Amino acid sequence: MIEILAERFNFIIVIILMMTGLYAVVATGNLVKRLVGLSLFQTSVFFLYITIGKVFGGQPPILPEYSEGHGGGDTYGGDVVAASDYATDAAASSVSHADAGHYAAEAIYSNPLPHVLILTAIVVGVATLSVGLALVVRIRETYGTIEDEAINQADYAIDSARRNT
Amino acid sequence: MEFLASLLPASLVTHAPAIIVVTPLMMAAVAAIMPNGRLGWGVTLISTMVSALLAIAIIVDVQTGGVVSYAMGGWAPPAGIEFRIDGLNAVLLLVIASLGLLSVIYALPSVADEIEKSRQSLFYSAFLVCFAGLIGVAITGDAFNMFVFLEISSISTYVLVGMGAERDRRALTAAYNYLILGTIGATFFVIGVGFLYMATGTLNMADMSSRLPDLSDSRVVQAAFAFIIVGLGLKAAMFPLHLWLPNAYAYAPNFVTSFLASTATKVAFYTLVRFLFDVFWPEAPFVEVSFLWVFAILGIIGMIVASVQAVFQDDARRLLAFSSVGQVGYMMLGLGMGTAAGVSASMLHLVNHAMMKGALFMALGAFAIRFGVRRISDLNGFSRSMPFTSVAFTIGGLSLVGVPMTVGFWSKWYLGVAALENGWWWAVVALILSSLIALTYVARMLAAIWVAEPHHDRTGAIAHARAPWLMLAPMWILAIANIWFFFQPEFLISMANAAAEAAFSGGAR
Repeated sequence: MIEILAERFNFIIVIILMMTGLYAVVATGNLVKRLVGLSLFQTSVFFLYITIGKVFGGQPPILPEYSEGHGGGDTYGGDVVAASDYATDAAASSVSHADAGHYAAEAIYSNPLPHVLILTAIVVGVATLSVGLALVVRIRETYGTIEDEAINQADYAIDSARRNT
Repeated sequence: MEFLASLLPASLVTHAPAIIVVTPLMMAAVAAIMPNGRLGWGVTLISTMVSALLAIAIIVDVQTGGVVSYAMGGWAPPAGIEFRIDGLNAVLLLVIASLGLLSVIYALPSVADEIEKSRQSLFYSAFLVCFAGLIGVAITGDAFNMFVFLEISSISTYVLVGMGAERDRRALTAAYNYLILGTIGATFFVIGVGFLYMATGTLNMADMSSRLPDLSDSRVVQAAFAFIIVGLGLKAAMFPLHLWLPNAYAYAPNFVTSFLASTATKVAFYTLVRFLFDVFWPEAPFVEVSFLWVFAILGIIGMIVASVQAVFQDDARRLLAFSSVGQVGYMMLGLGMGTAAGVSASMLHLVNHAMMKGALFMALGAFAIRFGVRRISDLNGFSRSMPFTSVAFTIGGLSLVGVPMTVGFWSKWYLGVAALENGWWWAVVALILSSLIALTYVARMLAAIWVAEPHHDRTGAIAHARAPWLMLAPMWILAIANIWFFFQPEFLISMANAAAEAAFSGGAR
């Protein structure tokens, strides 16, 4: 049981955040708090995407560069020995760059696509939030309140007054 | 149409799918810096014209050569983003481009009347962004790209709806509620797309559809289906998820309402069709169940309940907005039949509804610009005050009911025939019942216009006015189209059939 939960730790967090956000949207009458809930809801989806991009033991998805000077082309597809030989020559910091050919053959790296998607989705989220807040500012200027209940009452009062005249 | 398409240079036609989206996006920036509304309108008009021309070129291409596939930036699909137009989205492209162009022509006097001078060019800019987003949704072949375009169009729509606040402050709360619900819908959609990506490892819809049938038992795919249906159902104002629509349509500026009513929910409906029939496949057990128990049932409840609600509205635009929810119900019913005939009838109704609601909302806008009317009782005697607009309004109203001699008749005819082919006699009963309710609410407005005593000004003379030409022309084009396509329905029917065929052949494997 615990193992099952632990394996899905990220997803549990995502679900908790998602439900918290959605609940906040429907439960509160305060327009700003509703936007907070909405942002939380959206952010949980970002986590979902990032989670599925993770590969265990994966490197950052950066194309390893390899230079002509060191071993030239024969590191490409060369055996492990050649690669590690070369690695000992090189400075420790450049190890990951050094065995470029070896890496190109069987590098494990995280899936970059979800990250790119989420960058776009974050921009969408920011745009939505800013338009939402701008609307709340205008609502506050016009009605003098940001409570749903009070706004409805104000509109209802006008509506019924119009009907009676 | 072929003639118009042949005017364009070949190189332009090759890149038309990209240019048709990019033009309004870029021109939105140009429109925003224009010093006054008139120039902003000019820029908007030019870019919608360019888009409409390119849309025609693409449609001609689709009709002659089948599927048009355009690899964005030269990156071949499925890795790159693909713009893909087949018979199904060609219909949408036609609707958005033509209704967009007509609404923009209509916009100049309407916007000048309703929007503060200093904000007009910004307003047009927001409209162009919305227009670009809608076209993008219609032609993209990539699921995540579809989400982005959906949000581009939605976010600018919230702004456009909120601009109605200068006349009625309730536009602000309407826009806010639309924003909350619209964002929840979009987020549900993107969760679904994420699940599909988990299951298939691709975002290209054509690629997805070829991989999904092997995964029909996967819980992930089924969850994805549920999320996508709810998300897109919210955007399309499917019955229990329609709460944002009536207020948003009632308080937005007139031009915005006539544009949105004829395009925005239609595009969301198209995405539903695309996912149900093309990305998923109609034979899948969970899709098959949803046809009857989600789409048909909710569609029927929607078309009856929303129509009844429409009968009891005082505000003319709210009445039409509720009627729009009912009309979405008709489309959902056609979709729920799950047959080619049903989808074809839905697509036909989609086009027809765009024409009739466009004409109706435009006519209401024309009434409003001259007399500032909102409520049905304000429409009393308008047949003598504004005869031309009244006739156009009447044609639109009759078409909404589905009276013969108007195009609305064909929608209901084909929906009924498709239902009978399925053996769904109860759907036909619901169709007739809902049409009778529609007759009630349309009759209320028509009675006010044609029968009730007209308004008199202080001298006792009947107030008389003519709407500006720029408003009358597009309104009448739509009104005449409503009649014309009753007598010449072949064009629309062939497009609707091609759409249904494309939806089903996408699922053929």
